Amino acid sequence: MIGTPAIAATHEPVWLRRLIIAIAVGFVGLFVLVPLAAVFAEALRNGLAAYGHAIVDPAALSAVKLTFLAAAIAVPLNVVFGVAAAWAIARFRFPGRALLISLIDLPLAVSPVIAGMVFVLLFGKQGLIGPWLTAHGVQVIFALPGIVLATTFVTFPFVARELIPLMEAQGAEEEEAAIVLGASGWQTFVRVTLPKIKWGLLYGVVLCTARAMGEFGAVSVVSGHIRGRTNTLPLHVEILYNEYEYQAAFAVASILVVLALASLIARRVIARRVEAT
Amino acid sequence: MTIDPTGDRPRPTGTATGAGAPRDLAPLGDPRIDPTGGLPRPTGTRAPRDRAPLIEVRGLTKRFGAFHALDDVSLDVPGGGLIALLGPSGSGKTTLLRILAGLERPDRGRALLDGVDLAAQSARQRNVGLVFQHYALFRHLDVYENIAFALRVRKRPHAEVDARVRELLGLIQLESLEHRLPSQLSGGQRQRVALARALAARPRVLLLDEPFGALDAQVRAELRGWLRRLHDEIHLTTVFVTHDQDEAFEVADKVVVMNRGKIEQVGAPAEVFDRPANDFVMRFLGHVNVLEATLEDGRARIGDATVALGALGAAVGAHGGDTRGRVYVRPHEIDIARAPAAGAFAARVVRVTPLSGGLKVELSVPSLGSRMRADIDWERGTALALSDGDDVFLSLRRARVFAPDGHGPPS
Repeated sequence: MIGTPAIAATHEPVWLRRLIIAIAVGFVGLFVLVPLAAVFAEALRNGLAAYGHAIVDPAALSAVKLTFLAAAIAVPLNVVFGVAAAWAIARFRFPGRALLISLIDLPLAVSPVIAGMVFVLLFGKQGLIGPWLTAHGVQVIFALPGIVLATTFVTFPFVARELIPLMEAQGAEEEEAAIVLGASGWQTFVRVTLPKIKWGLLYGVVLCTARAMGEFGAVSVVSGHIRGRTNTLPLHVEILYNEYEYQAAFAVASILVVLALASLIARRVIARRVEAT
Repeated sequence: MTIDPTGDRPRPTGTATGAGAPRDLAPLGDPRIDPTGGLPRPTGTRAPRDRAPLIEVRGLTKRFGAFHALDDVSLDVPGGGLIALLGPSGSGKTTLLRILAGLERPDRGRALLDGVDLAAQSARQRNVGLVFQHYALFRHLDVYENIAFALRVRKRPHAEVDARVRELLGLIQLESLEHRLPSQLSGGQRQRVALARALAARPRVLLLDEPFGALDAQVRAELRGWLRRLHDEIHLTTVFVTHDQDEAFEVADKVVVMNRGKIEQVGAPAEVFDRPANDFVMRFLGHVNVLEATLEDGRARIGDATVALGALGAAVGAHGGDTRGRVYVRPHEIDIARAPAAGAFAARVVRVTPLSGGLKVELSVPSLGSRMRADIDWERGTALALSDGDDVFLSLRRARVFAPDGHGPPS
């Protein structure tokens, strides 16, 4: 190989190049495009009217509402937590910093079902705090608070993980400059830090939202599957499917697919802005 | 010449970069520009303090872990002065500057600005201007808003902000680029925006951290001259940090030479160069030949020659009775001759290099087993017609000897 210029590495034989491209394209087609098309084909099998009927079904609408509500609570919580954690980790050296970094990743490492079960153990009827809460008229498990808790838990790494490397790369010089120029801590955050990280933050929010809406395992454990009350979209799809309502199940599933595609496009657009900052 | 390789290089900014050309920096005498802006200076009523230094540093000590960044440093900076903190990296100069800016807290000691402890004041009360080495411009704000920042956070009226920013844009000659983002400016332009931003709130003191470190040589030389002229116009007390002695000498009234968290010497540029307090200052400020010698009775035996130290301006007996010692000689303080003379020692020419205004001659000295450098002027060089391998004789016009405790000769 001595004396072979590096460009040789990119000069694979034509047949090999074509084979590799064919494998990649074929794989994506088989495992991504075909199932995606199948969702819509199945959803529209009985025509547009049946599709519409499945979506405006009160149980389906209630699931849509609950899904958006849970995301609307969980995502802002994780924005606050994510910015605070990223700020602490990127700007300060403190005891337990390495542990905090590891703990942020915990929800990605633990199976969501186990996360759900932990909340049942804590807040359930036989749980640690559950009886006390029940006595005070607060129901967590099989209700909205449990769904929000489970969703927040599984989505909390996204904002922090997006911001930590960004803030570490950007450094703190601009903030120091702002402080020397007479800005207060809050002014420094709003006028300097936030604009610097806004695209990275938005990217984290999109990831977080997509995951919050699509979460199945953890929410499944804590929700109780009460149709029309504690069903989120993924849970509703499962129920319909188990009841052999295939067409309706895929119709509702298509809403999730559209949301996923929207977030994919949003990520592409925002990622370009993140790189530019 | 440190040219920052990490990315603060001027970027191609299209056709409007004309303002980046050094010659655009010139006219400071423009009467429209009043950089101090006629503000009621906080110092207005303190005539009795005028003789007192504006900045008083008393026994500052700062450690980072086991590293002594500053070790019991005391310093006075007179109002209106332009002072350079000069030293190698790790000498503590930037730490001192950051304490003055309020970005670091000293472990011990105090820094007073106009008689008031800096640590007791908020950044806004302190009101010092700081220019960072890498500018630290706000990347999401354009030139105008960068300069306006200090006034915006003080919630000043819009008209006042606008007037002040326009005035400063004029001062830095970047009126046409007010809507550019920092990433669209060259290094020199960014530097000037950083300076204008620091001046916007009319600081009592201007602090500059390696202000020209990231610029290329030509822009750097122009900005130095510009900074000096700016200072002569507005008389704003200025402290700047540099590791470049040429820069310190060219710009500053007074140079503070620092090393390992301590101040080695304070003085006018000519003074520290001509009368270095110790061997560190001698070595740090320009090239020096260090000759191993035997010292006795006011004489030094250097190789095969004996020279009288008193006649060379070196303090006799400064070496504290030790007989082994070092004699320090600057390259321009050496004469080269073809013929032997009293007190001259033999050497051989290794290499002759033209230098601005003269010749740099590298020599090997067999009796010392070391190399030396001598700088001679053109006329002398032409008369000698030196070439590599020639045998010559060196005599010293001037020499220095420092006491072994690192403190200089009694002068």
